[in-house]
Order: sequence, then structure tokens, then C-alpha cells
Amino acid sequence: MSRRRRQHAAPAGSGLPGALIPLAVVGVLFLVLPVLGLLVRTPWRTLGDELSSTESLTALRLSLECASLATIVCMLLGVPLAWLLARGRFWGRGLLRALVIVPLVLPPVVGGVALFTAFGRRGIVGSHLYDAFGIALPFTTPAVVVAEAFVAMPFLVIAVEGALRGADARLDEAAATLGASRWYTFRRVTLPLVAPGLAAGAVLCWARALGEFGATITFAGNFPGTTRTMPVEVYLALQQDPTAAIALSLLLLLVSVAVLAGLRERWLTIPS
Amino acid sequence: MADDPQLTGLAARIRLRRGGLVVDLRLDVAPGETVVLLGPNGAGKSTALRVLAGLLGCDDGEVRLDDEVLEDTASGRFVATQDRAVGVVFQDYLLFPHLSARENVAFGLRARGVERSAARGEADRWLERVGLSSYAGRRPRQLSGGQAQRVALARALASEPRLLLLDEPLAALDAGTRLDVRADLRRHLRGFVGASVVVTHDALDAMVLADRLVVMEEGSVVQSGSPREVATKPRTDYVARLVGLNLLRGHAVGTRVHLDEGVILSVAGPAEGDVMVAFPPTAVSLHRSEPETSARNCWAGQVATVETHGDTVRVTLSGPIPVIAEVTPLAVADLGLRPGAPVWATVKAVQTSVYPV
Repeated sequence: MSRRRRQHAAPAGSGLPGALIPLAVVGVLFLVLPVLGLLVRTPWRTLGDELSSTESLTALRLSLECASLATIVCMLLGVPLAWLLARGRFWGRGLLRALVIVPLVLPPVVGGVALFTAFGRRGIVGSHLYDAFGIALPFTTPAVVVAEAFVAMPFLVIAVEGALRGADARLDEAAATLGASRWYTFRRVTLPLVAPGLAAGAVLCWARALGEFGATITFAGNFPGTTRTMPVEVYLALQQDPTAAIALSLLLLLVSVAVLAGLRERWLTIPS
Repeated sequence: MADDPQLTGLAARIRLRRGGLVVDLRLDVAPGETVVLLGPNGAGKSTALRVLAGLLGCDDGEVRLDDEVLEDTASGRFVATQDRAVGVVFQDYLLFPHLSARENVAFGLRARGVERSAARGEADRWLERVGLSSYAGRRPRQLSGGQAQRVALARALASEPRLLLLDEPLAALDAGTRLDVRADLRRHLRGFVGASVVVTHDALDAMVLADRLVVMEEGSVVQSGSPREVATKPRTDYVARLVGLNLLRGHAVGTRVHLDEGVILSVAGPAEGDVMVAFPPTAVSLHRSEPETSARNCWAGQVATVETHGDTVRVTLSGPIPVIAEVTPLAVADLGLRPGAPVWATVKAVQTSVYPV
């Protein structure tokens, strides 16, 4: 009788081993509690004042602009790269794919240092830029975009590559038999077919760029108005004024959630 | 357009190696003519079609369409697919899933620079011609198999190709739809002024659609001719099976054919030399013991398989002369026909047709 009751107590139809359930619950709590903590500790009454400070607004605007620019850079470079990886047939494609994913697993700070060695004033490319044009990239707003794009690009490339692999390459042949040039086919057939994947990749890419901290502070520094993005602002605020840090964090959280929720309906649902 | 002296149709000589298969064929198709490439899977039919479409280059050969050389391995000339006046209907249609039926049909015109509204108007006219006016706004996934096939045909024809290629155009359809779509397809092919090449492995599709049949096996042409000629005088066992005839080979002296297997057949018409003898399964009678009436056209064999086909039964005989006989279920019971049973077979002379090898 008691055995039977215990069976009834288990969720209907689930054949899960019972031992997994407590761990899963702990997992959920582990993910939800920090967000809950943020909401509980938010200074709701003074929130307006905390957020309307000039520094916060400047940092927010800079973050949004840089993340968006970085996403555009990733799309311009990442879509052709994804196309090469998905449709190209050449020696070393596996190696190239691994290289593309490196920023995903690389600690962001290391990424920042790596960017220095490439694009810094004495970097392997940066030194030539400086000698020829007097351009020094580090510690400028473009450096923020570069750092964010470097870190966020794999998200876009992987998403678009997956979508391209899922799209029937024979449709390209069908388009060719109808007189379509390769470029026309890419625009009218390939790109629309991977649009959901591209949108999903762009959103992930943008979210990653928005939250970028390590590579940005290493390569672009921390100058109010030019390179001090929201994550950096939050980090600095936490040292001096934890309440302000919480308020800023809440704002960043809301922006991220809003974008994901807003795009989900339009783009993230993949047509069956 | 049919009177245009420059319309000479397709003249192709193709040779290429694909994996273990060497595809080697000559194909000439007059304007307005439909040639069906018939053959088993892996015979190289689709490969030949891809060469004609320019989706595949050949190792050695020449493809001419009207006054234009599309490919010539000797001179190195190769016109890219998108620059050929060739329309293709693919086996699973390959309609663009993100475009409506109208936009699918308009695609070729748009790709060649026709302005949007003009292209759509033309697409609508084509959809009307294939009887799908009311489906113009639908996406491919909202179309039935037969409808999708018609859209694919309209899409291929809309850019006014001079060569139309169809790869197994009916294979993806169920039996019911197939009948209608086949008849429609035939009507459209009759109305098309350019040359058409259809690839199929289905004998009935081939018979209905073809002005001329070209049978391919293992990369080469084994027989060609009018559907009637192929259906009544098969030249290979594959073709014979396909058209449902028994095929034997032998040496004719007058109305007697000495079969390679040693039996002498008495046949309807006189012939001389090496010949083929074809006859339908209904021309074969089966007996439990050696028939007393006539010693001609008679041999002993063994039942290999017994299969029901509608209200008749097909009996495959093994032995010196492997043939298929078609008998009634009653005969099966009376003669005790089951695999392994010994049996005597006779062939009615009047139902045989004899033709030189």
C-alpha cells in the first residue's frame, strides 16, 4: 500500500530516477536565487535617482551603442565566415572551425591581452597602423567594439553555421537553374532561409557583447564616456556604493530580458 | 517560335565517370519532342540530366542547344547553369520554402531582371495555366504533392527555357494524384516548343510521356525507339521485365526459332538469323504433365515463385528457360502450383513477336 502511494506521489508519467529531482531543484534555486536577491535588495524607492545619474546614463548609452556596433561587425564578418565553414570544401576547415570557437573558451582577460598583442600600439598589426596613420586603437571607444566583437563573434558564427547546414544546399542549384547568380541566390534564398538562425545568433551575440567586461577593461580601459561600459560601471560602483551597483545591475538585467523576450516571438521561434 | 530556323533542339554527347559508373551517351532531342530516359536506379540518368543543366561538367563531350554550345570539353567552353536557357523540375521539386507559389514562379524572371510587378503578373498567368490560380499566395508546405509539382513545372517554364529537364517528376506522388498529374504533365509537354528530357524509372510514366524512349543501363543506352517499339520489342531483360514481357534469344530459320537453351519454338512470323522472341505471360500455359497435343513450344521446368496480381496469378518458372506465366487462381489449385513443383510450359505461337537482335 505504501509502495503504491509512493508511486502515485511521483510526477505522473515521469520515469526520472528519484535521486535526480532534489538536485534539479537545487539547480533551479541556484540559478533563480541570485536574480531574486537582486530584486529583493533593489532600492526601489530611490531607484529613479540612482539610475538617472549622468554617469549611469552615459555608461548605458555607451554599452548599447558598442554592443550594437559589435553585433553589426559580427554579422558582416561572421555570416561569410559561417558560410565558408558550412558550405566550403577546403583543407583545414576543421582547424578553422576550432580557431573560430577559441574566443568562446578563452578567458576574456586573456582575450584582452591577446588583442593588445595584435592591435596595441606595439602589436603585430597595431604598430603598422600607428606608424602609417598614427592610429592607436587601445583605450578608445572603437577598442570597446573590437573587444566585444572578438568575444561575441563565435555565438553568431555557430548559430548561422548551424542554420546553413540545416538549409538544403540543393535549393542553390534550383536557383541557378532559374538564372540566378550566386549573389542573387545568396540574397534571395540562402539568407532568408537562415534568417531565424541569424536572428538568434545576433541576439546571443548582442547579449554577450553587452555584458562584456574582461576583454573590454583590459583592451579599452575604463574612461568615463568613452570606454566605461555598464558592466565596468557596475563593478566600480560596487566598490564605493553597493546600492548603486544593484540598481545598475537591475537595469542591465531588464535590458537583457526585454530584448530576449521581445525577439523571441518574432525571430526565435523557428517555423516548423 | 517553333518556326524559328535556329531552333534545332538538343544535341549532346556526354562521357563522364561518377564513382564506379561510366556514363556514356548520345542524346538528340528535336524542338517540341519529349525524350524519356528510362532505366533502373543508378543507371546514370540523373547524372546525365545534371550535365545538361550544367550542374556537373563532363570528362569528354559536347552539349549543344539550338545554335549555342553549352559545353565543349575540346575547346574548354562551359556555360554556367544560370546562363543556360534550361528549366529543371527536380525530383522533390525544391520549391523555395520561404516564398509563396507566385514568388516561386516569378523567381526566374526576377533573377533575370524582370521588374517585380511584371514578373508577378507573368507568374499568375503560369499558375492559371497549371490550374493553381487560387493557390498563388500559399507557401510550398501548404501545397499537396500534386500542387507542388505543378508549381515546380510552372516555375521551370516561366523563364521560357529552350530545354526542359524533369528528374523523376512523378516519383514523389501517390498513385491517385499521379494519374491526373501525369496526364497534365503530358499536356504541358505537348504544348512546350523546346526540347524536353524526362528521367524516370517508371515504365508507365515513360510510356505516357515519351515521344521517344531511351533506355539506359549502367551508364549506357541499351535501347531507344518509340514507346510502342520498346514496349513490344524489348532488347534487354530489364526492359522486358519493365514492360511485362518474357524475352528469349535464339536463331531463326523460317518460323522456327532454335533457342539458346536448346528448345525449338514455333513462332508467328518468319525470320532468319539471330533473333529475340518476346511474348506476354498470358501466352504461357502450364501443365502438370507433358501435353499430348503438340510437342512444339513445350518444355519442362520448375515453379520458382507464385504471386497474386489482382485476380490473376503470376508464376515464375526456373529451369532451362526462365519465364513468367500468368494463370488463373483455379489453375493454381488444379495444377498444384507451389514453389519447387515440376511443371510443363507451352507458349502460343500466335502471341510471340520475333525481331532481329
